[in-house]
Amino acid sequence: MAAGALSILPGRRRSAIPGFGLAFGYTLTYLGLIVLIPLAALLMKSSEVGLSGFREVLADERVRHALWVSFGTSFAAALTASVFGLLIAWVLVRYEFPGRRIADAVVDLPFALPTAVAGIALAALYGPNGWIGGFFERRIAFTPLGIYLALVFVALPFAVRTVQPLIEEIDREIEEAAATLGSSRIRTILTVILPPLVPGLLTGFVLAFSRAVGEYGSVIFVAGNLPYVSEIAPLLIVIKLDEFDIAGATAIATVMLAISFAALLLINLIQAASRRRFGHV
Amino acid sequence: MSEMAATPARARRGRPPALYRVATEAPLARWALIVLALGFLTLFIALPLAVVLTEALRKGLGAAVAAIREPDTVSAIWLTLTVAAIAVPLNLVFGIAASWSIAKFDFPGKSLLITLIDLPFSVSPVVAGLIFVLVFGAESWLGQWLIEHDLKVIFALPGIVLATVFVTFPFVARELIPLMQEQGTADEEAALTLGASGLRAFLTVTLPNIRWALLYGVLLCNARAMGEFGAVAVVSGHIRGLTNTMPLQVEILYNEYAISAAFAVASLLALLALVTLALKSFLEWRHGDKLASRSRH
Repeated sequence: MAAGALSILPGRRRSAIPGFGLAFGYTLTYLGLIVLIPLAALLMKSSEVGLSGFREVLADERVRHALWVSFGTSFAAALTASVFGLLIAWVLVRYEFPGRRIADAVVDLPFALPTAVAGIALAALYGPNGWIGGFFERRIAFTPLGIYLALVFVALPFAVRTVQPLIEEIDREIEEAAATLGSSRIRTILTVILPPLVPGLLTGFVLAFSRAVGEYGSVIFVAGNLPYVSEIAPLLIVIKLDEFDIAGATAIATVMLAISFAALLLINLIQAASRRRFGHV
Repeated sequence: MSEMAATPARARRGRPPALYRVATEAPLARWALIVLALGFLTLFIALPLAVVLTEALRKGLGAAVAAIREPDTVSAIWLTLTVAAIAVPLNLVFGIAASWSIAKFDFPGKSLLITLIDLPFSVSPVVAGLIFVLVFGAESWLGQWLIEHDLKVIFALPGIVLATVFVTFPFVARELIPLMQEQGTADEEAALTLGASGLRAFLTVTLPNIRWALLYGVLLCNARAMGEFGAVAVVSGHIRGLTNTMPLQVEILYNEYAISAAFAVASLLALLALVTLALKSFLEWRHGDKLASRSRH
């Protein structure tokens, strides 16, 4: 293809290895066709909708409530996942106990289990007659609480897998030194072990949050989808599309895409700051 | 269970326990943390899986098998297999091309390219479906052109494949890129110096070096391709027997209160997830040193 033209790009080191033009050209073409052009179509459509269109969509009480439910439950779920994710990662790295390998594999189940399957399972679990829902007077399914529980399921692996490698890297000798110098175990944990884990925890939180905000399949079955009560933003996109309200769907989707970009940016900033502070990711 | 079982991993590997005692938690705290972590995992992760398998078999194995052999469900299974059979190879070829150009060559804007490849992971599945509706739907000029020429993309197989390719886009590439960057170019350069052609160097030198990471990426890509729900739901149009994939069939059966049948189909997908997890754990355990990004997701 354009191998001749590409080989004179500034900064490209001359390499004995062939295939750059073909591989690079294919990569860019495929990336453009599958990812960039469709995403650009969304941005173009949203510029057609315009500021006034956005204002109109976002003024709708139902849309605002759905965005609020999505952000609120995602924030709470990401926080829960981060706390328990740290605990689970710690236990998996530091302690030897029967079933550790299985527990480690189970953490990835939400990645592997299709979201629709998780959704109907959670609905059966937390529903009024469910294994857990049956125990409680209060309704769990069909309320924001049900959404929160589904999102914890979705978010947990992100939280565990971002701190786990950092815990593996901790130098035990530093802890031993702290203990030898008379520090209590609690103090060692708070002042020696936790600080280097903070960037990982933050990254895990942002990843978990951004995944939770966009989640659809596992939530809609357990949410009940009552307008003004338990409707999430992604569902509202689907509803607007079914009503042929392309502008409305585009406006909500643009808001969600902006959040994804902000999350990506935030993660990059956290990691840059952490590299400066700790010298590693 | 014996006290031994809860000793820290380090002590087991024969290190004298002189200092680890001060650098770990008291046995009671250790056990409390283990119980808390395992309790959380059981309650939040393992229990939903148990529900799927139990509910599927509630009316007996015969009823579950009968539900799976319903014509609509069979065609959903075929569609899911077809979509995965197209989407996974496409992303496999892309993954190799992208990692080859990123790992073996220097060019400006490399980290931007890597960020863009990862981008589909941070887009909501529903938004992923919507963007293809915007490009190919009846409202766009391309959509109008397609209608005039009697071609269907949205509410048909091409749309479902495109949405699936989008959501599974980064899987293979992100397993290969860090690994191939680590491996460098020395092996290939040696092969070329010895007179191998570029293609031969790739097939006999590069491919064996990356095969486990490649398999790992394909495994995850396939699991997501077969299980994708949100993006596919937006572009499929839910035409029974025609554009319903397995996850969509689960939804339809569930909404029709055919709960046992829904769980029967769901249990097939759950088995797929379990097989994926088992193979993934096996690869990490057996070939962990040849998987660069073991803990990244």
